Amino acid sequence: MSDVVETEDAVEVDEVREAQLEALGSELGDAIVETFVKPGDDIWVRVSREAWVEAATVLRHELGFGFFNFLSAIDWMPSPYGRDMDSQVDVTLEGAEPKEPEPMEWGYAGGATRFQMLARVNDVTTARGVTLKADLPDDDLSIRTWIPVYAGANWHEREASEMFGIDFVGHPNLRKLYLPGAFEGYPMRKDFALLSRRIKPWPGIVDVEPMPGDDDGDGNGDGNT
Amino acid sequence: MTASDTTAVSDAEKLRYISQQAADARVNVEIETEGMTLNIGPQHPATHGTLRIITKLDGEQVVAAEPVLGYMHRGYEKLAEVRTYPQVTTLVNRIDWVGSFANETPFILAAEKLMEVEAPPRAQYIRTVLHEMSRIANVILGIGDMGVQVGAVTPIFFAFRDREYVLNQIEAVTGGRFHPNFDRIGGLKDDLPAGWIQNTKNAMVKVREFCDQIEELMYGNEIFQARTRGIGIIPKDIGLAHGVSGVNIRGSGVDWDVRRDGLPSGLVYDQVDWKVWTHPDGDSYSRMWVRLQEVREGSKIVDQLLDNIPSGPIMAKVPRIIKVPPGEAYVETENPLGVMGYYVISKGDLHPYRVRIRSASFNNISIAPWLLKGVFVPDIITILGSLYFILGDIDR
Repeated sequence: MSDVVETEDAVEVDEVREAQLEALGSELGDAIVETFVKPGDDIWVRVSREAWVEAATVLRHELGFGFFNFLSAIDWMPSPYGRDMDSQVDVTLEGAEPKEPEPMEWGYAGGATRFQMLARVNDVTTARGVTLKADLPDDDLSIRTWIPVYAGANWHEREASEMFGIDFVGHPNLRKLYLPGAFEGYPMRKDFALLSRRIKPWPGIVDVEPMPGDDDGDGNGDGNT
Repeated sequence: MTASDTTAVSDAEKLRYISQQAADARVNVEIETEGMTLNIGPQHPATHGTLRIITKLDGEQVVAAEPVLGYMHRGYEKLAEVRTYPQVTTLVNRIDWVGSFANETPFILAAEKLMEVEAPPRAQYIRTVLHEMSRIANVILGIGDMGVQVGAVTPIFFAFRDREYVLNQIEAVTGGRFHPNFDRIGGLKDDLPAGWIQNTKNAMVKVREFCDQIEELMYGNEIFQARTRGIGIIPKDIGLAHGVSGVNIRGSGVDWDVRRDGLPSGLVYDQVDWKVWTHPDGDSYSRMWVRLQEVREGSKIVDQLLDNIPSGPIMAKVPRIIKVPPGEAYVETENPLGVMGYYVISKGDLHPYRVRIRSASFNNISIAPWLLKGVFVPDIITILGSLYFILGDIDR
């Protein structure tokens, strides 16, 4: 995208997406916590945990979002093991002790808790999608299942359950999908250490060493800082 | 009454009588047999990898089918969090290993969207050509493989032979037959080698010859039709609610193709004249039929793109060390197996904060328990073959 188009986009209001958002708002009312529209790109809607299934029902049956795209979760707490490749502290093995967690920052449509649901549905007639989010309180990582609305959520919820430790109330068969039955821990959580990276620094680290002739050391080779 | 009349009437009666007898016999048999559990896989030619399906049978009929996944789970979502953006393409190459280049495209496009860079026109054209060629290579194999599922061995040899022409061309430009790792944020690694365009056009002629050949050999075959027509029907809305996409849903009459509807910027399918094929039946045959038309259409898309490749650079100006600004982006493309997308969350670092990989086969095969209920055992194989999945695309 060139700069000119960008500024036009920023001013321009995406009328179709705003209208969709309004339709969703009139159905769900207070259940919508926060919304975010990126003109010409996408809609993000954060709903309350109680309205998670209701939001899906409205989207599928009232607004025509019949296509189930994916469902997962996000762990917004930065890894206590550091960012693995960014700093030399992270790659020295002695420094690999858990650190104080950095403050949490949420993405589009905000957030309030560590774990957030993330799901997306599409309307195939207009080829538009909506990204849904919902906060899960730390002391009760559970949410109602989407299976009665979108049957495809079944395996996605099993995956989210084993990877993040989220309980889907009403799921008929919440067994592990990928992991072996006796596996302990929730691998996609940020505080689940990736062991191979703790044992040995990632050899790809050489990629970010300054190249000869890069005087300024910012790595882009243009000689400017 | 003439003799022929008598025969005709008595034949119809006889048929009715026989079918009633058969129905009674079936009921009796069903009452007497105990349920049986049959394991299909993990090693079975129909599964393209290590998928295991536990089926509970009542006689010849499936009562319940449950796929068991995870034999090939490699945790790419976790691994992507500790790799830089350019390194992630190496990982995602291995998701659908038969159409590797197409796996890289949506991720690169998502990163480009977050960085607000756009590849130069020449790179976009070459990217689209390679994306389409990986579709052709992938789907040709799927068609040939379907032949094996119904007991014909010839189509798979034809498929392996003719796919090679396409793979050779992909190898000539990227250096890798299966894992090109060629897409870069802001463009491509290299330009096309000399003579490549003409060679590719020749390969596309071979592809169309393959389509004509296989259409007569397989699609017109009576056994093939008997094994696929009216079997494994996916209704539109049930398929969509399961997230079935790509050819599998177009075979159910849904006219939706991300190449045409909601095409992300960075691919130039809108610059060529082509058609989205659909089939209203929704059965195994229609899925395979749409697949064949897509190969043919794909070869035409490649031809048109090759005629119009603009000159110019193949790389936009991007910093050597790529830091992606904070934000979230979801980009999906129409991949050989269906809609594939990456939800990328960036916090302004060298590597993504979170990547959600929406792979096509995972959703496509999630309809299997619903679809296999009530079918006969031999149909399990043809239905799975017509859904056409790659295990890496399920297990990620």
